Amino acid sequence: MEYKITTRNELETIELAQNFESEKFPNMIICLDGELGSGKTVFTKGIANALGINESITSPTYTIIKEYDGELPLYHMDVYRLDGNTEGVGIEEYFTKGGVVVIEWADTIKDILPKERLEIEFRVVDENKRVLILTPYGKKYEELCEAVL
Amino acid sequence: MNDVYCLAIESSCDETSVAIIKNGVFEVADIILSQIDIHSLYGGVVPEIASRKHIENITIVIDEALKKANMTMDDIDYIAVTYGPGLIGSLLIGVLAAKTLAFVYNKPIVPVHHIIGHIYANNLVKRLEFPLIALVVSGGHTELIYMDKDYSFKKIGGTLDDAVGEAYDKVGRVLNLPYPAGPEVDRLAHIGNDTYNLPIPLDDKTYNFSFSGLKSAVINLKHNEEQRGNTININDLATSFQNRVVDILVKKTIRALKEYKVNNLIIAGGVAANNGLRERLTEESKKLGFSLVLPLKKNCTDNAAMIGSASYYAYKLGKTSNLNFSAKANDELC
Repeated sequence: MEYKITTRNELETIELAQNFESEKFPNMIICLDGELGSGKTVFTKGIANALGINESITSPTYTIIKEYDGELPLYHMDVYRLDGNTEGVGIEEYFTKGGVVVIEWADTIKDILPKERLEIEFRVVDENKRVLILTPYGKKYEELCEAVL
Repeated sequence: MNDVYCLAIESSCDETSVAIIKNGVFEVADIILSQIDIHSLYGGVVPEIASRKHIENITIVIDEALKKANMTMDDIDYIAVTYGPGLIGSLLIGVLAAKTLAFVYNKPIVPVHHIIGHIYANNLVKRLEFPLIALVVSGGHTELIYMDKDYSFKKIGGTLDDAVGEAYDKVGRVLNLPYPAGPEVDRLAHIGNDTYNLPIPLDDKTYNFSFSGLKSAVINLKHNEEQRGNTININDLATSFQNRVVDILVKKTIRALKEYKVNNLIIAGGVAANNGLRERLTEESKKLGFSLVLPLKKNCTDNAAMIGSASYYAYKLGKTSNLNFSAKANDELC
């Protein structure tokens, strides 16, 4: 099962992510893929809002992992720079720390991702418009999709 | 007064680095085992940031630093180490090594905030004069900080999305430049002309920055030109991009100097090595008459010398720690 949703601008992308507020659960894994500038970090800002985090969410491209305290902790990752070399970075430890894990460029570390997760692919239509394709793996994530969309 | 020697360790991200600093200002030894260097040797692969690498490197780098300084641990007065922010797995190695040294040799230990380290890289050029404004620009940070004395920091603005260094790297990625792309974009920017119409990033009354829109504009421009079958002039695009970035950084920094009535400006972080930024600020400092300190380029990227320098003033202020402090992935400076 796959869900397609179109957002017309950044605000709509953030609003979609904010819908996760009432559905959040510990150890939620959200994987984001899509080219540069397609809205992955923007979406994460919405997730942060949904977790009650007031700090501004800045891109973790350089630092790989950023941690934020909220109603649930947010672990925001950008694994592009690892180029698949995850050994010893400690990414897996975050999957069971009780927070919400958002991983940008998750496709590059597919072999270590938990079996149950939500994948979101960002497709650029034009300057502002995006198509988001949500693919849930596991019952929890299927229910999540039903609830937020 | 006796000389004070510090052994400083920095391992917050890619680099394993150890330095020995005398009295907070003099580099006796400074060893950086840059994983980027290792990788460029092997053909420019993306750096492996595994903490495993830091484990392999750390004792080698500590030995190397002591050897270069012709010193033993007996000559060291205290240990300094970056405790955060950074990549937790990487930080832990430096912190553990520092604690072990402090424990075994019974030395005081000073945990140092990574960004404070970047700021004090300037102190290795010239003793900081207060009050000052620090423009911190790196791969992970873009901040304007006001200081009225040592170890007193007030953040007056920061990035709302991408850090400057990151915007450089991402634009470089789009233009197919090798990682890290910052220096290459800077080089091309000096060859090209400012011909592309790119937006000025967040030109408002705050001291905040936003580079995500500029990054997207570059990406869109490239897509659109390609769809029209036009080739991009990479040099001109680099110049146009760099001008927008430098313009806004300089504009807001100078406004901060005026509003806070400050005559001393320092810049810090990896992007402090950017020639475009250094040249523009040097011009402005001559024109407007403020004092500008530029850190040595080798001390712009992550290094332990800056941590050693910063730690001296913490040490003087009695900010030593017991061994119970921990590495922190996220820690706001102020």
